[in-house]
Amino acid sequence: MQATQDPRPATASATESSESAIAIQNVTKSFGAQRVLDGVSFLVQRGETVAVLGRSGTGKSVLLRILVGLEAPDTGAAFILGTNMTEASPQDIAAARKQMGFLFQHAALYDSLTVADNVAFPLVHHRKDLSPSDRSDLVVDLLKEVGLEGHLNKMPSDISGGMQKRVGLARALALDPVVLLLDEPTAGLDPISSGEIDELVLKLQKEHQLASIVVTHDMVSAKTIATRIALMDRGKVLIEGSFDDLQKSDEHFVSQFLHRDF
Amino acid sequence: MSSTPAISQPILTKSNPILAMLEWFGEFGIFIWQVLRAAVTPPFQFAEFVRQLDDIGARSIPLVALAGSAIGVVLALEARYSLVRFGAKALLPSAIVFAVVTEMSPIITGLVVSGRVGAGIGAELAAMKVTEQIDAIEASAVDPRKLLAVTRILACIVALPLLTLAASFCGVLMGWLASTLVEPISLVHFISAGFKGAGFKDFLPPTFKTCVYGAIIGMVACFQGMRTKGGAEGVGSAATTSVVLSSLFVILADVILVKVILLLFP
Repeated sequence: MQATQDPRPATASATESSESAIAIQNVTKSFGAQRVLDGVSFLVQRGETVAVLGRSGTGKSVLLRILVGLEAPDTGAAFILGTNMTEASPQDIAAARKQMGFLFQHAALYDSLTVADNVAFPLVHHRKDLSPSDRSDLVVDLLKEVGLEGHLNKMPSDISGGMQKRVGLARALALDPVVLLLDEPTAGLDPISSGEIDELVLKLQKEHQLASIVVTHDMVSAKTIATRIALMDRGKVLIEGSFDDLQKSDEHFVSQFLHRDF
Repeated sequence: MSSTPAISQPILTKSNPILAMLEWFGEFGIFIWQVLRAAVTPPFQFAEFVRQLDDIGARSIPLVALAGSAIGVVLALEARYSLVRFGAKALLPSAIVFAVVTEMSPIITGLVVSGRVGAGIGAELAAMKVTEQIDAIEASAVDPRKLLAVTRILACIVALPLLTLAASFCGVLMGWLASTLVEPISLVHFISAGFKGAGFKDFLPPTFKTCVYGAIIGMVACFQGMRTKGGAEGVGSAATTSVVLSSLFVILADVILVKVILLLFP
């Protein structure tokens, strides 16, 4: 009900959204009869990492796709660094995308390009100022950061799923983003690799003051990297706060989710 | 209440072939408009265009040359039989050259390329779509229509006339070879007799009409690939429909273009 309000989100929220790196306002989204997002709102400031948790199919990935502008919400608005990703011009959306890194759930590496070329892709298209050797150096640095400097010339099909995720993360960081959106970055990874990814996200958060949203089912990861956690259920944000806040909650669903308490 | 039209619409479209066809043409029209806009706005993806030109053009040459050669041989054998019956054997070189260059090479090249390239583009882009690679390009602030569609469509437009020339060359050459094996005739005499009385208007419009075939093949295959949904089944379906639809539209375009060329170059 409240999701269908907010008739002029672009102008009404301009001040609020300009202060936040990421602003999601009353977003609703349905696929056929199924409403996956039902009036979702929250803000993320620079230096903050919000972990979005929830059962599978509750629209967490859709929320990220709306933020990137790959999916249009039925109502509501999503702002990245003040740009309304649902209503801005293609040029403004492209400018906002250059300032964000997005790690897809299944990495979405370009299968016709090598690992190095995948990471270089955003640099080739948006950093024309770099010479080929500078670009190569930067690619090596990025891959070093995710622990894959020895796999430059391999094809995506020749590396494991976890390694593909890390290449995807290196690609997401290539343009030195301000906003980082990670869709299940540790899914399918061993605990050591998961820990390395968590450390990397924490490091980026500290060094670059990134605003991040991490969609995950990994409670350990969420507890480690998130400054806040948003727990979603049936398309709504059920509870939002620190990990301690969630633990103190007497909501049955929260307890079920955190402790597998049935 | 509000969800009722949302679910009934696709079911209605799916079950009604006329609505589905109208929807397809509507989406195709929007896609063409987006591609045209992307084609004229910088930055231009020149390196990718050259790569596609090599993939679509250079790598199609053996197949097109073989098809052109086969047409030349078949025409030489068939035409000889008919012309000898009517006492017009002297017209054999002209019959072969005109048939090959004005109609057979362009249409055969169009159909061969729509089979090889249409399926290739359709399947490649469909696989990229279902594995979110196209979304990843878009998320990287690169227009996938510009990078993937414009480059492929332009490469098809440029490659088709060149491939048609290759098919025509092989067709005429093999037509002469087939003729001279039955009844020896020098290549010089065959060529001069074949091209006697012919002007550029007889050869250039039919060759360059294949630019339209290239545009059709590229646009249909890119559109089918980039709108794919589902997994492996969607990829297979995109490849098949790319070939079927582009071949169909190439044949329809040929009918129209033959008439247009006859009107413009009487």
